[in-house]
Amino acid sequence: MSARAIRLARTGAVGWWMNLKMVSQSAFDGLLAILWPLFFGTVAFFMFRAGGDPETLVYASLGAAVMGVWTATSVPAGSALQRHRWNGTLELVVAAPTPFSLTLLSLTTATSTVGIYCMTATLLWGRFAFGIDVPFEDPVALAVAIPTTIVSIGLLGFLLAVAFARYRTAWTLGAMLEYPVWLVGGFLVPLSLFPDWVRPISWLLAPTWGMNAIRDAATGAGSAWPDIAMCVALGAGYTTAGVLVTNRVLAAARRRATLSLT
Amino acid sequence: MTSLRIFAVGGLISFRALFGFMSPWIFVPTLVVTPLFQILLFAYIGRSAGIQDDAFYVVGNAIQYAAVPCLFAMTFTIAGERFNQTLGPILVSPARRLPLFLGRSVPVIVNGAFVAALSLLLGSLVLDVEVPGSAIAPLALVIVLASASCTGLGLVLAGIGLRVREQAVMLNIVFGLLLVFTGANVPVDELPAWMEATSRLLPFTHAIEAARELVAGGTLDAVSGLLVRELAIGAVYAVLGYAFLRFMERQGRVHATLEKV
Repeated sequence: MSARAIRLARTGAVGWWMNLKMVSQSAFDGLLAILWPLFFGTVAFFMFRAGGDPETLVYASLGAAVMGVWTATSVPAGSALQRHRWNGTLELVVAAPTPFSLTLLSLTTATSTVGIYCMTATLLWGRFAFGIDVPFEDPVALAVAIPTTIVSIGLLGFLLAVAFARYRTAWTLGAMLEYPVWLVGGFLVPLSLFPDWVRPISWLLAPTWGMNAIRDAATGAGSAWPDIAMCVALGAGYTTAGVLVTNRVLAAARRRATLSLT
Repeated sequence: MTSLRIFAVGGLISFRALFGFMSPWIFVPTLVVTPLFQILLFAYIGRSAGIQDDAFYVVGNAIQYAAVPCLFAMTFTIAGERFNQTLGPILVSPARRLPLFLGRSVPVIVNGAFVAALSLLLGSLVLDVEVPGSAIAPLALVIVLASASCTGLGLVLAGIGLRVREQAVMLNIVFGLLLVFTGANVPVDELPAWMEATSRLLPFTHAIEAARELVAGGTLDAVSGLLVRELAIGAVYAVLGYAFLRFMERQGRVHATLEKV
C-alpha cells in the first residue's frame, strides 16, 4: 500500500471518528434519531399484527430497524454542504489538501453509523413491546450484512450530498427522500407489490440489497452473500460517481466563483 | 379596533415575515411531496398486511400531516422572532396578547388546511380513491377544524418554545406521537385501552374519524358529534396554550431567558 493510500485511509478513519463524536454530541438529536423510526415501526407493528401473520412481524421488525439508518443519513447528507456554508467553513474545507470527497464521505458514513442506535432500539422495542423474536439463522452473514448495509447507506448519502451541491435548499431533498427510499427499498413492503417500473429503481439502491441480505441472514430464507456483494458493488459505484461529481462541481464552482452560492 | 388590527393585519404580516423563506423549492418537497409519500408508505403497508383499504390511509395521513405546518409554524411564530431578535421588542410592546398570539394562528390554520386538502387530493388521485362530490364541502370543514385543533396544540408547544431550545426535536416527537395515537393508520379501537383513551384527548382523532365517515358516504349530521368534540379539544388546547404562553412570558422576564438561544 502506498504512503498516499495509507494517509488517505487514516484521514478517512479519523474524519469518521471525529464526525461520529460531533453528531453524537446532542442528546436531543440522539433521542430523536432513536424515537423517529420507533414511531413508524410501532405503527407498522400494529398494522402487521392486525394482519394476523406472525412472519410479517419479523419482516417488519428488521425493516423498521434499517429504516432508522437511512433516516440518520438522508437529512444530514442532504444538508451537509449547506451546513458548511452556514458555518463559513466550506471554502476552508474545500481549500484544504485533503480531498473534499473524503471529508464528505467520512461525514455521511459517520451519520449512517449513528443508525446502529436506531437499529438496536427498534429491534429491542419490537422484542419487548410487541414480542417479536427476530431469528439469527446465519450470524456470520448477519455480522457482515449489517456493517455493509450501514456503510453502503452512508455512501448513498455521500452521492446525495454531492449531487445537490449546487442546490441551496438541498436539506429539503434529503428529508423528502426519507419515505421514498423506505418504500422503494422494500423496508416494510415487498417489492412485488409495486408496479414493474419501480423495480429497476429499487435495484439501483444499495439499501434494497442490504435489507435483503439482513433478512436472508436473519431468517435463513436464502443466502445473504449475493445481496452483500451487490451492496458492496453499488457502494463502490456510488463512491466513484460521487468523487467524479465532487471534482466536477468543485472545478465549476472555482471557475465561476459560486462555491458559497450567495 | 387596535386589537382587531393586531389580530388580522399583525397576524398576516408576521406570518409573511417569518415564513418569507418558504419558497416553492422548500414548500413543494416538504409539504407536497413528503405527505404524498407518507400516504403511499402506509397505503402499501396496509396492502401488504391485508387490512384497511387505501381510502383509510389517504384520509388518515392527509389530515395527520397537517401537524407539520400547524405545529412547526405555530411554534416558529415565537422561535422565529427570537431567532430574528425581535421577540423582545414584541413582548415589551403594549399590544394585547390575545389578539397578538391568536392573530398569528390564523394563517397557520389556513396553511395547515391547504396542505391537508392538497394531500387528500393528490393521495386520492394517485391511489384512485373515490371521494363523493357531496363529501367535498363537509370534508373542507373537517380539515379546517382539524388544522385549528392542532394549531391549539401548537400554541402550547409555542409556550414551551419560550424556554426549550431544541424545538425541532420536540416538534418531531409530537408529530410522531400524533402519527401513532390519532388513528391515522391504526383504528383507535384496535389500540391498547390506555392508548385509545389518550387518543381521544388529542387533535385529529375525531376529525380523522369524521372524514373517513364522510368519504364512506356519511352526512355532516352524522359526524357532527365528532366535529364538536374535535372543536372542543382544539379550544381547550388553545386556552391552555394561551395561558401557558403568558406564564412562560412572565417566567422569561423573571429569569431573563426570553432571548436565550
